Amino acid sequence: MNTRRQKRYQKNTIPILSMVGPTGLWLLLFLAFPMVYVLAISVMTKSYYHGVEWVFSLESYKSLFQSRYLKITWDSLVLALKTSIICLVAAYPFAYILSKMRPAVKGFCLLLVMLPFWINGLIRLDGWANIIRDSGIINTFLLHIGIISKPLRMFKTDGAVLFGMVYTFLPFMILPLQTSISKIDPSLIEASRDLGCNKFRTFVRVILPLSAPGIFSGIIQVFIPSLGAFYISDIMGSNRLLLGNLIKNLFMSEKNWPAGAALSVLLIAFTLAALKLYSKIGSMDDLA
Amino acid sequence: MEEKKVMIQLKNVVKFFGRHKVVKSINLDIYEGEFLTLLGPSGCGKTTTLRMIAGFEEATEGEIYLDDVNMEGKPPYARDVNTVFQNYALFPHMNVYDNIAFGLVEKKLPRAEIREKVLNALEMVQLEGFEKRKPSQMSGGQKQRVAIARALVNNPKVLLLDEPLGALDLKLRKQMQSELKHLQQKLGITFLYVTHDQEEALTMSDRIAIMNQGRIEQLGTAQDIYEHPVSKFVADFIGESNILEGYVTKTDDATISVRFEFGQLDGIAASEFVDEEMIYVSVRPEHVKYSQKPVKDFHLQGIIKEYIYAGSSIRMIAELPNSQEIILLCHPQDTLPATGTDIYLYWNPDKAVLLHTNEDKLYDLIEDAVLK
Ligand SMILES: Nc1ncnc2c1ncn2[C@@H]1O[C@H](COP(=O)(O)OP(=O)(O)O)[C@@H](O)[C@H]1O
Ligand SMILES: [Mg+2]
Repeated sequence: MNTRRQKRYQKNTIPILSMVGPTGLWLLLFLAFPMVYVLAISVMTKSYYHGVEWVFSLESYKSLFQSRYLKITWDSLVLALKTSIICLVAAYPFAYILSKMRPAVKGFCLLLVMLPFWINGLIRLDGWANIIRDSGIINTFLLHIGIISKPLRMFKTDGAVLFGMVYTFLPFMILPLQTSISKIDPSLIEASRDLGCNKFRTFVRVILPLSAPGIFSGIIQVFIPSLGAFYISDIMGSNRLLLGNLIKNLFMSEKNWPAGAALSVLLIAFTLAALKLYSKIGSMDDLA
Repeated sequence: MEEKKVMIQLKNVVKFFGRHKVVKSINLDIYEGEFLTLLGPSGCGKTTTLRMIAGFEEATEGEIYLDDVNMEGKPPYARDVNTVFQNYALFPHMNVYDNIAFGLVEKKLPRAEIREKVLNALEMVQLEGFEKRKPSQMSGGQKQRVAIARALVNNPKVLLLDEPLGALDLKLRKQMQSELKHLQQKLGITFLYVTHDQEEALTMSDRIAIMNQGRIEQLGTAQDIYEHPVSKFVADFIGESNILEGYVTKTDDATISVRFEFGQLDGIAASEFVDEEMIYVSVRPEHVKYSQKPVKDFHLQGIIKEYIYAGSSIRMIAELPNSQEIILLCHPQDTLPATGTDIYLYWNPDKAVLLHTNEDKLYDLIEDAVLK
């Protein structure tokens, strides 16, 4: 009995290992190892020459409570939240219309949504820079027809950063929303109208709550990357720092790796908290 | 008989989907408090008819009146009817209480009143104590009860039910049939019920409208339709019928003979047929009799092909010379002749139904029957 089980164990171990092995190795190499490495650096001592000295210290975490870091963290959270909300409001009507389309037309429109992703984000943002900067297309045109006498300040503003964020992350909102709205059984909408709701009331009482999984998923998918994105504010922004820029600077120019790593850990913690919240909301209801 | 109030009236209602004519000029009066069933094979336009009444589809032509008000252009929420959907269509994000309260909340009734009505409705469908359950935590039968309660709690003028028991297993379906019927009788609400199950229709309905290819072929009580089908389709669709095809020979103004390939019927009292007209003679198995000697006026000879035992009765299959089979119902106590025996078939002429085969005439008759 025991030997047989052992035999079966041996018989199954190799095939299972050979299937799970590559994935496991991949996860270990590219996910677990970097995380552990970042975590490790975050509890070491900083060194101006090597970035990190392998002596245990919690100095980096204490340094996070500097008011300048706190302010940057706060600014980043607020910007990510604004981005998520604007994306939600902008994407919902579009996703709703998409979900009502015939499958062929819908597929084509979704392709159009995804298409810009095949072009590098930096290049696309550079394109926008050309349009909105002081000597860009819009200002040149407005100056030319005489509506304004000096260029409108659009480029290198907080507004431009917000715009760049929304522009970049909007598809991450459209896709889950669209999926979620498409899944709503049309007979539920008929039932709502049958029971006395007009179109607007049906939207409020049935469609909106039933698309909640898409809303949460979209917000998470926009919120998390916009919290860490640095290149958007690098290109579009004034010199206000965000979490992403700060982390980049701590590693690259300030050579304070432990502080950079500690901030990264903080960012990962935010992400995990957001995901936790999402799965909690998801399991509260059997919506998805 | 007292004058009954017409609750729903369909006048020449036609529905096209694209170029496809799905409902072809339906005329129908449904009386207050009546249980009327639309019965017909799948695809004959029952659901479409129901959806036009509910307001989910617009009639291409014709008018629909609810309690004497023309419903044209009225959205579903402005019609005093409620629907029970086949797939229940319960709101998955709401518990049973909120599902049932859905329509009442929209009417902005006071909370206490809503509560009372919802609890009453739950009691009515025997689901006391289920308020907090989510639809996903209930069985098919329970969900259907919630769907019925959710519709009835609004006290609609008419309840529309589209194959509401279709997804339930046989035993539960039987039970729900009688519960629904009792509920309807107790509340006195007009029910318009759609099904393709003839037995369901026969057991529940006050009147049945038999639909075929977008038309109402016959409207009447279950007994009416069973005993006097107006077309071959109805005779075939409801119960079991032996249908013989033959030609009319007029003997005089009041009597005809019918000639078949393999025999003849004489001395049939009928005046509405013309010479040489092709007709169907339809007889239920329980009305066909046999004799081993020739029978006056019936020149129908056949041989006994086989017996099929079905518990309380025996079905005799007799074969005519053209190899058409005729089914007879026999008692197990009878001493039955052996298979292969020659027999003469006959029946009480009152029990046979003569049907026109001519379509135009048929539809004239139908229109007359429905309009009267
Ligand atoms: N929305 C629609 N568009 C096109 N054709 C439809 C639509 N709804 C129903 N039909 C067609 O109309 C006919 C009648 O359908 P339906 O009323 O659902 O029949 P039943 O309920 O009697 O089975 C069918 O041939 C069906 O394919
Ligand atoms: Mg149907």
